Amino acid sequence: MLVPLVAPCVRYTFAGMDTSLSQDARFQCASDQSLLVYFGQEITRHAHRQVMKLLRLLQLEPVAGIRNLHPAYCSLLVKFDAPRLRHEEVEAILERYLERLDEVILPEPRHVEIPVCYGREFGPDLADVCAIHGMTPARAIELHASAKYLVYFLGFVPGFAYLGELPTGLVTPRLATPRRRVARGSVGIAGNQTGVYPFATPGGWRLIGRTPIKMFLAEQDGLSLLSLGDRVRFTPISADRFAALEKE
Amino acid sequence: MRVIQVQEPGLFTTVQDLGREGFGPLGVSASGAGDAISLRLGNRLVGNVEGAAGLEMTLLGGRFVFPEGALLVLTGSDFGATLDGEPVELWTAFEAKPGQTLRLGPTRSGARCYLCVRGGIAVKSFLGSASTHILSGLGGFDGRALRKGDVLDTGAANGLTRKRKLSARAVKTMEPRKVLRVTPGPQSLWFDEASHRLFYGSTYRVAEDSNRMGLRLEGVAIPMPPDGARQEETGRNACPTRGRGGMISEGVALGAIQVPEGGLPVILFVEQQTTGGYPKIANVISADFHSLGQLRPRDEIRFDRVDWETARDLLRQQEEFLASEEVILE
Repeated sequence: MLVPLVAPCVRYTFAGMDTSLSQDARFQCASDQSLLVYFGQEITRHAHRQVMKLLRLLQLEPVAGIRNLHPAYCSLLVKFDAPRLRHEEVEAILERYLERLDEVILPEPRHVEIPVCYGREFGPDLADVCAIHGMTPARAIELHASAKYLVYFLGFVPGFAYLGELPTGLVTPRLATPRRRVARGSVGIAGNQTGVYPFATPGGWRLIGRTPIKMFLAEQDGLSLLSLGDRVRFTPISADRFAALEKE
Repeated sequence: MRVIQVQEPGLFTTVQDLGREGFGPLGVSASGAGDAISLRLGNRLVGNVEGAAGLEMTLLGGRFVFPEGALLVLTGSDFGATLDGEPVELWTAFEAKPGQTLRLGPTRSGARCYLCVRGGIAVKSFLGSASTHILSGLGGFDGRALRKGDVLDTGAANGLTRKRKLSARAVKTMEPRKVLRVTPGPQSLWFDEASHRLFYGSTYRVAEDSNRMGLRLEGVAIPMPPDGARQEETGRNACPTRGRGGMISEGVALGAIQVPEGGLPVILFVEQQTTGGYPKIANVISADFHSLGQLRPRDEIRFDRVDWETARDLLRQQEEFLASEEVILE
């Protein structure tokens, strides 16, 4: 079968003469009912702010026929009603939103502290991480708890926040073979990211600790503990404190 | 209120409707029936709205008793159902008298069979949907698959509607496909021509550990595109999510076909992860989603590439057919 190597659905929008970077977005069809909006090719705070702004504008002024939004580091997946809407029509609508990104004011970031019991059964990979970097557990914990992380997006499973960036001394590749089951509340690291598993799921991140705090709650309790743009800090706690908090 | 007593749950039976859209920013995927068309038609056959909640059974059905009776229908795959020992026809509404037992067995065709009841299954809604999200334990009945002894409430419905059946033409038209039609994935350009030929020229087998999150495929591995290589070749035209050192995680669409390390494709399904970091070579078209929901482990499938216009036309035709008068017979 002949397979054309040029996808027929790649289009670009270039920033106009007198406009800012906010229009430097690129569209790509992802499926027959979704479209990806890319802001650049790298994870930067700027690209991420553009994602948050477009998301916020689409949430404040929803578009009939746009059914779902999946934000990530520097892209937003837009799912729409097919065949009622076509990719081109969604692009035209989004263009008008993109032109207005500069006027979007993002809410002040919330600051969230997450207590973590590091090491031992709570963080079965802490010893390996220390071995890889030739540092003591105390130093690894100090490093992990020293940084203030940005919530780039929630993805993978409900309430899983992709947090960046890990201090360079802790940057570690993910496990070669993912675990079939990671305990709920596990705090993992992978590359220069860190995150908390809200549920017992499979997972390939290296586990260095665990939090007793629930990351994803019932509807009436506000669902996800973390939202896009939040700032997060991890606080080391003892096993006793973990047990006490878990009971609450 | 009428109830359904679960005497045997079957292998994996969950409450499903058409899912919850709009919570991607929280990492919550839509979930919903694996074969949404069978659920929609089932609901219409018992006089419900299309999106009412029903039971989705997987590979092996359960045993259910209706103490106050019920108007029911089974749709999707044939699980060899009997009502007090009498065979029950698929796609045809029937009445269970008070105390009668509906018994289902192993599948004789595809992966999923739907039990729809007049009034729908009544469960507490989570984010606007009755759909069970197994991974997070949310939605549906207690956020889990049914167990022996569960008692399900059914919704209110006035009187019995006339017993309806699906037209033979509709049954035939909606028959699940084993050749899935796909459009190019957002990273299809990362894969060279030889990889595309492998992908479109090979037969894949659905792996045992496939589930509502995704279908793992066995067969010919697709070589991973070399890191960064294609970016230089194609400059600005290269996929922008390929940062230094590989792919940057991005939102993933329902039906996306990811090629992870190892090269064996994975098709993301209804309870999918909302974002992912593997390149997508293709995406199953919406008109073939119901076929995905009927694939069983060990089924053999192939992929057929179509253009965007064709994908759209096929979906439009499907929806027009489903809305036409020749689908449901009174």
